[in-house]
Amino acid sequence: MLADHDRIFTNIYGLEDISLEGAMSRGLWDGTKKILELGPERICDEMKKSGLRGRGGAGFATGLKWTFMPKEVKDRPHYLVVNADESEPGTCKDRDIMRNDPHHLIEGCLIASFAMRAHTCYIYIRGEFIRERQRLQAAIDECYAAKLIGKSNIHGWDFELFVHHGAGAYVCGEETALLESFEGKKGQPRMKPPFPANMGIYGCPTTVNNVESIAVVPTIMRRGAEWFAGIGRPNNTGTKLFCISGHVNKPCTVEEGLGITMRELIERYAGGVRGGWDNLLAVIPGGASCPMIPKSVCDGVIMDFDALKAVNSSLGTAAVIVMDKSTDLLRVISRLAYFYKHESCGQCTPCREGTGWMWRVMKRLETGDARVEEIDQLMEVTKQIEGHVICGLGDAAGWPIQGLIRHFRPELERRIAERQKMAAE
Amino acid sequence: MPSRKLIIDGREIEADDSLTLLQACERAGGEIPRFCYHERLSVAGNCRMCLVEWVGAPKPQASCALQVRDIFPNKDGTPAKINTNSQVARKAREGVMEFLLINHPLDCPICDQGGECDLQDQAMGYGRAAFNRFRENKRAVEDKYMGPLVATTMTRCIQCTRCVRFATEVAGVPDLGATGRGEDMEITTYLEKAFASELSGNVVDLCPVGALTSKPYAFNARPWELRHTESIDVMDAQGCNIRVDTRGREVMRVLPRLNEEVNEEWISDKARHACDGLARQRLDRPYIRKGGKLQPATWAEAFAAIAARVSTTKPERMAAIVGDLAAAEEIKALKDLMVSLGAKNLDCRQDGAKVGGQRQSYLFNTTIAGVEAADAILLVGVNPRWEAPVLNARFRKAWLSGNVQIAGLGVRSNQTYPVTDIGADVATLEQIASGGHMFAAVLRDAKRPMIVVGASTVARADGAEILRLAAKIAADTGMIGPAGGAAAGGWNGFNVLHTAASRVGALDLGFVPGEGGRDVAAIVDGAQKGEIDFIYLLGADEFDVAHLGRAFIVYQGSHGDAGAHHADVVLPGAAYTEKDGLYVNFEGRVQRARRATFPPGEAKEDWAILRALSDVLGKRLPYDNLDALRAAITADAPHFADRGEIVPHGGAGTTNWGAVGSAGQFDTTLPLGSAMTDFYLTNPIARASVTMAACSREFVTGSSGAVSGSVPRAAE
Repeated sequence: MLADHDRIFTNIYGLEDISLEGAMSRGLWDGTKKILELGPERICDEMKKSGLRGRGGAGFATGLKWTFMPKEVKDRPHYLVVNADESEPGTCKDRDIMRNDPHHLIEGCLIASFAMRAHTCYIYIRGEFIRERQRLQAAIDECYAAKLIGKSNIHGWDFELFVHHGAGAYVCGEETALLESFEGKKGQPRMKPPFPANMGIYGCPTTVNNVESIAVVPTIMRRGAEWFAGIGRPNNTGTKLFCISGHVNKPCTVEEGLGITMRELIERYAGGVRGGWDNLLAVIPGGASCPMIPKSVCDGVIMDFDALKAVNSSLGTAAVIVMDKSTDLLRVISRLAYFYKHESCGQCTPCREGTGWMWRVMKRLETGDARVEEIDQLMEVTKQIEGHVICGLGDAAGWPIQGLIRHFRPELERRIAERQKMAAE
Repeated sequence: MPSRKLIIDGREIEADDSLTLLQACERAGGEIPRFCYHERLSVAGNCRMCLVEWVGAPKPQASCALQVRDIFPNKDGTPAKINTNSQVARKAREGVMEFLLINHPLDCPICDQGGECDLQDQAMGYGRAAFNRFRENKRAVEDKYMGPLVATTMTRCIQCTRCVRFATEVAGVPDLGATGRGEDMEITTYLEKAFASELSGNVVDLCPVGALTSKPYAFNARPWELRHTESIDVMDAQGCNIRVDTRGREVMRVLPRLNEEVNEEWISDKARHACDGLARQRLDRPYIRKGGKLQPATWAEAFAAIAARVSTTKPERMAAIVGDLAAAEEIKALKDLMVSLGAKNLDCRQDGAKVGGQRQSYLFNTTIAGVEAADAILLVGVNPRWEAPVLNARFRKAWLSGNVQIAGLGVRSNQTYPVTDIGADVATLEQIASGGHMFAAVLRDAKRPMIVVGASTVARADGAEILRLAAKIAADTGMIGPAGGAAAGGWNGFNVLHTAASRVGALDLGFVPGEGGRDVAAIVDGAQKGEIDFIYLLGADEFDVAHLGRAFIVYQGSHGDAGAHHADVVLPGAAYTEKDGLYVNFEGRVQRARRATFPPGEAKEDWAILRALSDVLGKRLPYDNLDALRAAITADAPHFADRGEIVPHGGAGTTNWGAVGSAGQFDTTLPLGSAMTDFYLTNPIARASVTMAACSREFVTGSSGAVSGSVPRAAE
């Protein structure tokens, strides 16, 4: 279990003073100038050593990503864009950071921007996050007033921070769609290459990072990469905000070290599965797009990137959706299929046409109004989308279905048989 | 140019870094299916049909969007292996094809695109035969109104966004866009208004399926019934390369043909859709005016009537005027005939343009392709959007490249690129010429400046003075650069933008008043005063035909327009699709139009009419066939032998720029501007076209209902 003094987000529940004064009393904005004095290379090195993997779902090494930016600012300015378009069903960590512990993020923005030689940072915040934006903006205003950021601030690195409000599209959480939307265009992913580090907003070098990835930066820099790297297993280091929802007694967002077992996470923090661990049916371990795993797998699995990958799922954003035995899994997945159909941007063919098709088949499977061979066809359709699309949304749309078929095929067949029996009678 | 080695389908090739992988694969002989990719539009990468296998990459790659420079070699240094037809690539494409087809109506039997549909063709290659596992209902999409030319069946749309990209990038009219997302994404004009571009018909060619089809051509023919003839458009003076599709004797449609130097692959809506005018208002037999009314006659009677009049008329009381659509052959024949009769009152400038003389002084010397290299453009009294829509797309292309400043003197503000408005006063031109105007400095500082003077501007009373000043600006600001074409480093920035297809050819052949001869204005004046008794009109309808006094008028032409209505003898000629003819475009490029069909009724090819008439008049022209006639033309003007080519700019010394135009007085009360009042109705063929009339109502006079979208079919 993570010790209290190892927690980064000390006010994630908003029980303490959220103002700048309160944040400073908890150790934030302490010695930021010293951190900047290390210089961009040292900061990037520290981040690499910490082993921090991006918290937005894909788990790409954050420090490495920063080094993709050009080493010198030439004719085009550099930008940092923080992806606060948190829309993955089940995920609710970034909003807690922004509304209760925003100074982690703001200080992180300054350090990360400095490390990437950017003088401007934009936070692209999800359209539905009205209160979060207000809280975040208030915190930013406090920092401007205290000259922590802004022109000729006390840290000696001119830095402007803007909050940009999105319009509430899931696909705008994809980094290039976010950039398009930010530029005022239709939120559709761009082709890669060129990657944002080369051609981002307005054609300038840009790095897009998740809120949590940036918010942990100040603490890592203050406490040292070794401390962070000492938590969890190699390649899966540090602490992580877990969002536990569904059929648990006390749904919550909690910070824990990577590598905690799923069972301990659920039982210690979320008050256990409703009706006890044995009442567990399946868990979606990392937000809607991750394939579900049945109880038999949940029993022993630990919560980190590689362990969940090994069981054909993924840590994603660490949004643990718990489903007990009262759950109609087919209804769950068909609802998720509808979500992806609704959120597909419509740009490229497989996702545009495939998500609707999958949803309709799922809808029929839900009632058993299908043929057994359609289960295999559905599986094939998910594979036919996967890897043939511009962004990850099409891939993600298929994964929940793949998880369902992989682990609960008998249930699908039972529904069909039941329906056929009813029809025959 | 940096390049790298690739192994494509087992063949090692050296691919240029600037290419896309799709282009590299095609150069290596692979065939890549595509829907959204188009050479002339930005890369969208959304159809996913062009997926290829990059051995070692985790997933297939969209070859249209991947640059060769982004393909890195294998770890061991061997060139990257690309497979265009492997199992991986095929399977990916088959998957994409299935997705495209599940919501496509498959109504090929009633679809106008049938037979020339990319989706149909590629489904043959990548569709899974006898394999249908889609059990849901297909999507239905409401049709959109896009104006009188573009019919929509949006259920067939595969969201490739080619039309949207064309509208935004080439046409410069952001009227099309996509609304909705996911499977509800729709292509629309947003407000159910017409697609207001002079190039709108091109989206029909671009659409890879039958979502956008030609409204006037709807359900008229199948592509395999049509005979194709490669020809040249005469609706403006650009000489756009076209393909005329005919069924039997009827021209069913006109499509663009690829010519990088002239029209790329676009044509204007007038070039494309005025063809229904070829079947209306036609003169299909000779007429003679008897008792104030035109009565049908035989060729012999008509010729006899002309001969009787000619024999009693003195040469100085004769005149001939060439119209806007005439080919070089009949111009040459008419000139030879009139000269043999001793007549000197010849003119090809119906509008009274003060052009002629040195060849470069009346050409668009920069050349159409050369426009892309320009870095400063001064437009004088011209409306390029209407006077040469396809050239206008080049202006836009130059502007999009970001390196050009464009200023307009008397230019309408609705061009498809920003034009700095420097007024419409003729005096401003003089300020630029004397170097006092701020744009004079821009022109002087530019490396490749150009000036474009509109056809109707040189036709003003003070046109010669305007031309003189334009030539002075050209000579003073370094527009007359080194010899050679723009691609080879040469530059000539002096341009006159003609709108009449026949004009440059006629000027090349010297169809202008001889020594002491009269021009069009003087002919009209003379006719009214009774000094001109005989006027031969070769398709001339665009001047004051109604006020020619008591002169005897012979009208030879294809359509019953203004000229024929006032004629005493009407000789039915051939339209541009019905004869072999040479046309010289405003760059001075000689191009050959080919006969696609025969003239209607008793109408004949125009040069043959003149040849036959010359026999009756006792002045037999010395050529019995087209080859002999063309040899005679080439003897007069050697550049007619170089079909498709232009005479390269010969450098500063080849033209005496100080002698262009003539000094005179300005008319400062008359603002500069284009005189074209209706793009869609500029010649007898367009005026006879129902489609052009509908366009004029929709886009110019604005009296159409605009919502119902019902327009009479063209060739009913």
